[in-house]
Amino acid sequence: MFEEKLNELKREIINYAFLVERMIEKSINGLLEKKEELLREVIERDEIEANDFEIKIDELAITTIAKYEPKGKDLREVLMILKINNDLERMADHAVNICESALFLIERPKVKPFTEINKIANETIKMLKDSIDSFIEENTKKAKSVCERDYIVDDLNSSISKELISYMMCDPGAIERCMHIMRISNNIERIADLSTNISEDVIFMVEGKVIKHHREE
Amino acid sequence: MIKTENLNVYFGENHVLKNINIEIPEKKITAIMGPSGCGKSTLLRCFNRMNDLIDNFVLQGKVIFNGKNIYENSTEPSEIRTKIGMVFQKPNPFPKSIYENVAFGPKILGIKDKSKLDYIVEESLKKAYLWEEVKDKLRENALNLSGGQQQRLCIARALAVGPEVLLLDEPTSALDPVASKKIEELLEELKKNLTIVIVTHNPSQASRISDYTAFLYLGELIEFNTTDKIFTIPKHPKTQEYLSGKFG
Repeated sequence: MFEEKLNELKREIINYAFLVERMIEKSINGLLEKKEELLREVIERDEIEANDFEIKIDELAITTIAKYEPKGKDLREVLMILKINNDLERMADHAVNICESALFLIERPKVKPFTEINKIANETIKMLKDSIDSFIEENTKKAKSVCERDYIVDDLNSSISKELISYMMCDPGAIERCMHIMRISNNIERIADLSTNISEDVIFMVEGKVIKHHREE
Repeated sequence: MIKTENLNVYFGENHVLKNINIEIPEKKITAIMGPSGCGKSTLLRCFNRMNDLIDNFVLQGKVIFNGKNIYENSTEPSEIRTKIGMVFQKPNPFPKSIYENVAFGPKILGIKDKSKLDYIVEESLKKAYLWEEVKDKLRENALNLSGGQQQRLCIARALAVGPEVLLLDEPTSALDPVASKKIEELLEELKKNLTIVIVTHNPSQASRISDYTAFLYLGELIEFNTTDKIFTIPKHPKTQEYLSGKFG
């Protein structure tokens, strides 16, 4: 009955999250290790699978609400799964964006080493994993720690942007490559933001508390 | 308006309501929900002394209506029932004409003037969203009406004596979804002038129509809050279990 449907929804969203996590890892590894096949895999195969997941979870959540009219925490769980579903789909799009820019970059000489990109990506992937773990474990402490780490990624992104601007000023021939690196950094930063959204949703799902926009009550 | 203070009810040895303290908000719809046998109908019936006739009924504590304990000796139950009307699960019109059903209460209260009675009948039927359907057959037997119409007639009959509060005990459980929807829309309209308390075993109905919800379990008031809160962020685990259909 309802519990079975809810468990099915949870299984699907967790599998979806693992897929998106792998897509992001592949996009970064593809860039850092110049592995074109990884990048193409994300664009040509994983993205399609991600879109199928999104539609399937949407449909499942909607029929669950229509059939069982969940209430209280049950309702919060189904609604938050719907929101997480949406966030994951956007993350998958960001992974594709990263791959597209990475494909451009790996064929060309490096403007600079990707140390900072590696750092921001590692931090973001950790945030994403923790947000998904907090969902699986219903662990609000872990979810809160993700929200608290968002500024680290913001700071890294902003310092990457500043550095790239100085490169562009010195070498106009590097502008296009720098713009692609900036695009990658911005997309990673958005993934971190969406991980924070997931963590906020987990807190609402478990405790019924809204912490978004500092609106804790 | 209506509130209870340390309300305990016994039917013989059976302690059916345990220390209930609740204040019913004025001109709002309050739903009382809970599993079968939790005491929700008993609580509703305490509000207009409908339990008085039951053998072994013992009430301790207070039910205060407009500042006065309605269980004081000086209070006349029929007077209370004029101010606090009631509609039951199964429509129970009298086997009389539609007109007579609605005019019954006002006549008992001493209104004899025909034009005044006509006015009350028309107004009450209009308030109960029934006038348009029955205005040409007021002299027909009420039992010829459909179930939903009969229930709206019972609401019109309760409204005819000008109550301040309307109590409804699972008023739609014997009706189909269309007839139920009409009653729900009617209650939404009536709450502009009336305080409404409805007992329902259907949480979805409580969530649709009420402003406040009380959850009763084994004779205890487990949680009372705005309906929005109860159905999204219930505080008590028992409330959540009930909403999840773990019992009921």
